[in-house]
Order: sequence, then C-alpha cells, then structure tokens
Amino acid sequence: MKKTPNQKAWFMVLPVLILVSFSAIIPLMTVVNYSVQDTFGNNEFFWVGLEWFEEILHSERIHDALGRQVLFTVIILCIEVPLGIFVALHMPKKNGLWASLCLVLVALPLLIPWNVVGTIWQIFGRIDIGLLGYTLNQLGIDYNYTQNTYDAWFTIIIMDVWHWTSLVVLLSYAGLRSIPDAYYQAAKIDQASRWSIFRYIELPKMKGVLLIAILLRFMDSFMIYTEPFVVTGGGPGNATTFLSIDLVKMAIGQFDLGPAAAFSLIYFLVILLVSWVFYTVMVNMDKENGS
Amino acid sequence: MRINKSALVMILYIVFLLLPIYWLLNMSLKTNQEILSTFSLWPNELTFDNYKVIFTDPSWYGGYINSIIYVVLNTIISLSVAIPAAYAFSRYSFMGDKHLFFWLLTNRMAPPAVFALPFFQLYSSVGLFDTHIAVALAHTLFNVPLAVWILEGFMRGVPKEIDETAYIDGYSFFAFFRKIFMPLIAPGIGVAAFFCFMFSWVELLLSRTLTSVDAKSIAATMTRTASASGLDWGVLSAAGILTIIPGALVIYFVRNHIAKGFALGRV
Repeated sequence: MKKTPNQKAWFMVLPVLILVSFSAIIPLMTVVNYSVQDTFGNNEFFWVGLEWFEEILHSERIHDALGRQVLFTVIILCIEVPLGIFVALHMPKKNGLWASLCLVLVALPLLIPWNVVGTIWQIFGRIDIGLLGYTLNQLGIDYNYTQNTYDAWFTIIIMDVWHWTSLVVLLSYAGLRSIPDAYYQAAKIDQASRWSIFRYIELPKMKGVLLIAILLRFMDSFMIYTEPFVVTGGGPGNATTFLSIDLVKMAIGQFDLGPAAAFSLIYFLVILLVSWVFYTVMVNMDKENGS
Repeated sequence: MRINKSALVMILYIVFLLLPIYWLLNMSLKTNQEILSTFSLWPNELTFDNYKVIFTDPSWYGGYINSIIYVVLNTIISLSVAIPAAYAFSRYSFMGDKHLFFWLLTNRMAPPAVFALPFFQLYSSVGLFDTHIAVALAHTLFNVPLAVWILEGFMRGVPKEIDETAYIDGYSFFAFFRKIFMPLIAPGIGVAAFFCFMFSWVELLLSRTLTSVDAKSIAATMTRTASASGLDWGVLSAAGILTIIPGALVIYFVRNHIAKGFALGRV
C-alpha cells in the first residue's frame, strides 16, 4: 500500500512518543548517568569516564555470565526451532474441533505467568514431591537440580522448551496455513518426495515467520530472568546465573550502581545489535515479497 | 495412516505440555501433609483448603486484585496511545517514521533487568512508588510498542479506499474513525488488548521492584512466600492454578490470532 506523505501524522504519534520517552528514555539516561560516575554516598557523584566500562569488559564474572547466556540461548534455539517446525507439520490442517483443541492446548504454556512457569517446574523437578524428579530417581538416575549443575541446566532448558516451543509451533503453523492447496497438488503430480515438499514448498513459505520466531526467541531467552530465578535462584553456585539475574544481583542486591549501569548498557547494545540485523533482513524480505 | 501419525505426534506433544500443569493441579488439591508424606499421581484426600486460604487471606487475594488493577490500567493506557499512532504508521509517511517504528521495537527488546533500578528511582522520586499506576506505566515500556506493532499489522489490512470513500461521503475524520474504522479493526483491538493484558499479567521483575505493600502483585506475593515462610506447596500450587485461569478462559476466543499477536502483527 502506498502511503500518503503527511507531516501532521506526527501529532498522532506524539502521545506514544511522550509516554515511551517517560518510561524508556528518562530511565535509560539515568543508566547512562550512573555508568560514568562514582559515589561515596550522600548523593555526591563524580566523573569517572569509561572506568566502569573497562572494569565490566574485563570482569571475569561478566564473562562467565555472558558465556552461560550464549550457551543457553544457542541450546534452546537448537531444540525449539526444529522441534517447533516438526510439531507444526503435524498440526491438523483442516478446521474443526480437533484443530481448535490443538491450537488452544498448544498455546496454553505461553499464557502462564512466568513466575508460575518457574513454580511449576520447581515443583515438577523436586526429588521428593515432583513427578519428574521422583521418576528419574526411581529409574536410578541421580537427579537433583538444586545441587547438581548439569541437572539444573537440564531443568532450565526443558522448562524453556516446554514454555516456548509452542511459539515456534504457532508461527510456523500460521506460515504453513498460507500455502495454497494447489502447491501440494502440483507437487503430487510431480511425485515430489516428502522431503522435497518440505524443502522447496514449505520451508520457503515459512522463512518469514521463522525469522520472526528466531528473533523473538533470541530476544526473550537473552533477557530471561523470572523462570530460572524462581527455579534455581541462579544456583547451584553461579551455574544458572544468566545476564539478567547477574545484573539484578549487582544493581539491587549489592547496589553497585556504576558497574551495573555500564553492564546494562553493554547488555542492551548486544541485544540491539543482533535484533537490528534480524530486523533489517526481515524488512528486506517484506520488500521482496511486496514488489 | 498418515493422519494417525500426525495425531500421535500432537497427542505426545500435548501430553508433554499438560503433564507439569496437571502436576500443579494435583498438588493444589492435596493437603501439605499428603504432599510431603506420600507420592501419588492423584489426590487421595481431595481438599479445597488451599483455595480457601487464598480466598480468605487478604495478603493472597489482595495480590490478585492489585495485579488486575494495574494490568487493566496498563491495557487502557497502552491502547489509547497506540491506536492513533498505529493509524499514522499504517496510512502516512512522515519524517523519521521508519526510525521511530524501529525505535519503538527496541523498547520491546530492552531487558527489564536494565530498567528495574532506574524505574525504582524514577517512581520513588515522583512519589509513585508502590502504586498501581507506577507498574502500569512501567509496563507500557514493552506493551506500547507491542500494541502499536500489532495494530499496525491489522490496520494495514484495511484498504485505504475505505478511508477515501468515507471522506467523499462527507464524514469528518473523527466520525470516520469512530463509526467506520474502529468497527473494522475491532478484532485487532481485541487482540492487542489481550496481549497487553497478557504480557503485563505474566511480568514479574518490574512489578516486584516497584511495589512493596499496597500494590503488591500476585507474582511478587508468590515468589516472596516461596522464599520466606518456605514450603507451603499446596497454597503455592493453588495460587499458580488461579493465575493460569484468566489466560485459559480467553484463549479460545483469540486462538486464530495468537500467532499474529506473539509475532508483533507480522504474520
């Protein structure tokens, strides 16, 4: 659709601009402010330049948290995207009761408050009262997510897969639904194999939505806080302390404002950078499809 | 044969999704004594005492009321600023529109952890700490961009010829907007409202940071109880089940739009 040039449209955007400025720009400037200053208390601040940034960039603690964060994000993307596509391919294609039921049940985990997701898995994984923990231990597997690093990771990852795979399923399903039947009939006439139908018809049609799914999963898993906080509290030790958990510990727990602020900015920039790349690809793809 | 295989995959996946939820339900219907003493797949002595605790203790049901107040406030604020903005983005090109659109999205990408402390100080300094409006405003950080993006997606689907015909028929802009355009995008507004509601409802970190007593959210109540007095698993499970209900109630009505909502209107 061709848009009319109209500078007065700014007035319609103005309320959003004011509101988001209040809830985003002012806090962000506070962060910038802290990131270049130090204090001895009493609200007296003095300029330290880029000292905090240097400290954060060389901090072992942040490197470890970043490493864990990247590892976590890569693992869940590698599981959720293929699994999501696989399930979406088996979603019922015809409208009807079964299709509605599948949609509703598949979407259910997405609508559960994040702290409750944490609570669910905290209980589910416990060795004394949880189905998962109890069963694994009955099977002779030594599983205890509060003490063993690998078990904690296993719990957090399976929780995230449980929570968010449905997002990939729903988006892929929406992409699949947009394929006209004629495409499949043509493929049938050509006697295309199941794999080539997937590779040359379904995957290209899903490309756009998959990109959004990966972008969303990247963003949200990179700033995950609530679920691991509730389940493991970042432990055992620091084993599941991801970036957000570490940041909150630093800012609100220890009140190290300067380093926390510098950390915040670097953290935000990393997410922004990756998201911008995705966004650019997305917009270009929209343009190709549009013309 | 193929249909059966598909159904099997779906059933396995759905069982995987429902099992942990069932377990929470199971816990919420047991007494604490039973939870800790015996391991059973269903409650042997069915009890609703855990739910009774929640509905009679003000510190529990107050949490739900507080959450609902700020969630509703947030939805109203987000939608009322997002509808005109989304219309502008979908119909007009103006200076910096593309940059502004992306900048809005960046707020959806901002980790709430980055904003927790500045929000705390900002709202404390203007005397809004521990009020519903503070949480509602804080949640606009991610809900306004979300609403703008979703609504823009829906509005793009309405042909511009409708706008033009209405003007030729002598409608003023506001009459057109209210009588013709709003009904056309009513599903979009519904979906946007649902997602504002949802994302505000599920958020923990900001609502916990910005409240202490008077406006304490249910999420904060749950996490604090879990850490402080410890292990009242039955009541905790019952509280969890009750927070799932709002989503479960409306999910049927939005089922065909869920993908669109989560994908920021881009599907």
